[in-house]
Amino acid sequence: MSVPYAKLPAWADYGLIPLINLAVAFIVAGLVVLLVGENPFRAAVILVEGAFGRGQGIAFTLFYATTFIFSGLSVAVAFHCGLFNIGGEGQGYIAGLGIAIACLSLDSVLPWYLLFPIAIAAAALFGALWALIPAWLQAKRGSHIVITTIMFNFIAASIMVYMLVDVIKPVGAMAPQTRNFLEGAQLPKLNWLIELFGFAKIRSAPFNISFILALVMAWLVWLLIWRTKLGYEMRTYGFSPKAARYAGISETRIILVTMMISGALSGMMALNPTMGDQHNVALDFVSGAGFVGIAVALMGRSHPVGIVLASILFGMLYQGGAELSFEMPNISRDMIVIIQGLVILFAGALEHMFRPAIQALFASLSPKSVGMAQAGKGA
Amino acid sequence: MDFLDAAVQTLDSTIRLSVPLLLACLAGLYSERSGIFDIGLEGKMLAGAFASAAAASVFHSAWIGLGMGILISVALALVHGFASITHRGNQIVSGVAINFVAAGSTIILGQAWFQQGGRTPALAPGERFEAIVFPGADAIRDVPIIGPIYSELISGHSLLVYIAFLAVPFTWWALFRTRFGLRLRAVGENPAAVDTAGISVEWLRYRAVICTGILTGIAGAYLAMVQNAGFVKDMTAGKGFIALAALIFAKWKPVNAMFACLLFGFLDAIAIRLQGSPLPIIGRVPVQFMQALPYVLTVVLLAGFIGKAIPPRAGGVPYVKER
Repeated sequence: MSVPYAKLPAWADYGLIPLINLAVAFIVAGLVVLLVGENPFRAAVILVEGAFGRGQGIAFTLFYATTFIFSGLSVAVAFHCGLFNIGGEGQGYIAGLGIAIACLSLDSVLPWYLLFPIAIAAAALFGALWALIPAWLQAKRGSHIVITTIMFNFIAASIMVYMLVDVIKPVGAMAPQTRNFLEGAQLPKLNWLIELFGFAKIRSAPFNISFILALVMAWLVWLLIWRTKLGYEMRTYGFSPKAARYAGISETRIILVTMMISGALSGMMALNPTMGDQHNVALDFVSGAGFVGIAVALMGRSHPVGIVLASILFGMLYQGGAELSFEMPNISRDMIVIIQGLVILFAGALEHMFRPAIQALFASLSPKSVGMAQAGKGA
Repeated sequence: MDFLDAAVQTLDSTIRLSVPLLLACLAGLYSERSGIFDIGLEGKMLAGAFASAAAASVFHSAWIGLGMGILISVALALVHGFASITHRGNQIVSGVAINFVAAGSTIILGQAWFQQGGRTPALAPGERFEAIVFPGADAIRDVPIIGPIYSELISGHSLLVYIAFLAVPFTWWALFRTRFGLRLRAVGENPAAVDTAGISVEWLRYRAVICTGILTGIAGAYLAMVQNAGFVKDMTAGKGFIALAALIFAKWKPVNAMFACLLFGFLDAIAIRLQGSPLPIIGRVPVQFMQALPYVLTVVLLAGFIGKAIPPRAGGVPYVKER
């Protein structure tokens, strides 16, 4: 059976459909709030006010967003090559080891502007190497990358617990974490940037220079995917591995390179919470940010601009969610985990649910653009 | 005698620890054999655990708890089916989504309903599945060798443990000796052929994910009502993923699945028993190493260094009817 459909204009494809998906996710989340016995509209107001009402809130929102930009880019780069890197969490966690090595050995010698590049390189290297093994297994031995990266998340967690508890922890300390970094490994804050816009003095927010790095990386990823030969090859492979093989693109090389870039981006995600905020590497410091990257990449449709916007949205949820849990004790920050899941469900797995209806709607509005398509297949 | 006691105790805890793995692993087997990848086992198990503990404590009945756990878990399985069968969405993405929704909502709802920091109230003895003592277990307890094995290892587990181990031959029979099983395996290898034979691919796959939901529900109920006396937040703690690893390790076969789960349960039991005390020859083994071992073994297997794990051919690919 065929139904008439309209080829959707770009704004509908990249704006309307994601917005509808997002709206449905938030409506369902609102139902959960209702189920808990609170008013979802009041919750939404508190959330937005908590995130953007004051300079302090904005700084925290952007601080959280920084981490998500990295992890979102990481997932997106792999998506473009048709790979699902679910191992960002582990890659970021292991990168903490690289950061710890760089910072602990050099923070008394170097100023931050010399140590930061070294730490970036260390984080990227550790993340990339942790992604390399699953990539190699996928390319050479055909092991499913989703499964191997999940396994590597758990292996990374075990390694880091061992390293932090038995190796790196200072003698006599109780908490399983490194010693505090000295000034050389503490990134400068960017709070003044927000104060420039006329907000009151921000007392303590960890918004720091790695935000700039995240934006630069977003631009570089755009450049890589749409303006380089390598990016073209990656997209070709993602679209059709057969066509890529026929065009003489080395399968092994493209998988390895893509996953290493993806892993490096995941690794850089570790810079923000360690050098930017806590000034140490602690147990479980990634705390799920690698998984948020999946939601962010899906929502941002794997485009750097979309990812930055989606990251800010999730930053808002994290910061606003913290404020919300003060006002409504029943809604802890775990609410974000639900929203995250719903966004992944509606913007990811069910992304085509509303498309046929919208296409039919467009077809009835402008009969000129009508063609014939298989029902439900989507354009 | 001392050694025998230690061995029996370790094997006993091996059984207890491998039951949730086994149930979740068999659950994944139905789904993946029908061509639907499911990395949402963890989430379904967690939701099942929460629902069963909550219902058991509210209605004071273990059976209502079990039923509720299965119901919620099946509901989530149907969401997975709706996304990946009806709407042909990405099965991995859908599984990830279910894990998050379950992880978040069990805590939020638990806190809102019971006000105990995400826990459910501790279950009273009548609200849990009690140990079943086999006839004569107490009588022959003192008989050397056979006594402890019979009375500790074989007798004295809860009903759900026996269900889990009976599910193994049942799954084998259902998959390899019934028409449903033949079709289920066929739809995971070559859905087009099944479709050509006039059998609905969608309905078959939906039935498979329902089986998955039932088993993950029982797995969750076991965690919340047998292993623990109530729900604790994030109590699955990665068991769904170990089950997934076991499924691959077992090469998608039910009897192998049992041995894989027993192996992983044994590793867990050993890790708990040793707690970092030194082994002969090797010396002290970090607990983390034992915990990581199932994952490492699975990766090694996936790499094809010990046999080759070949997944069902149509796994992860949504079926589009040709027109």
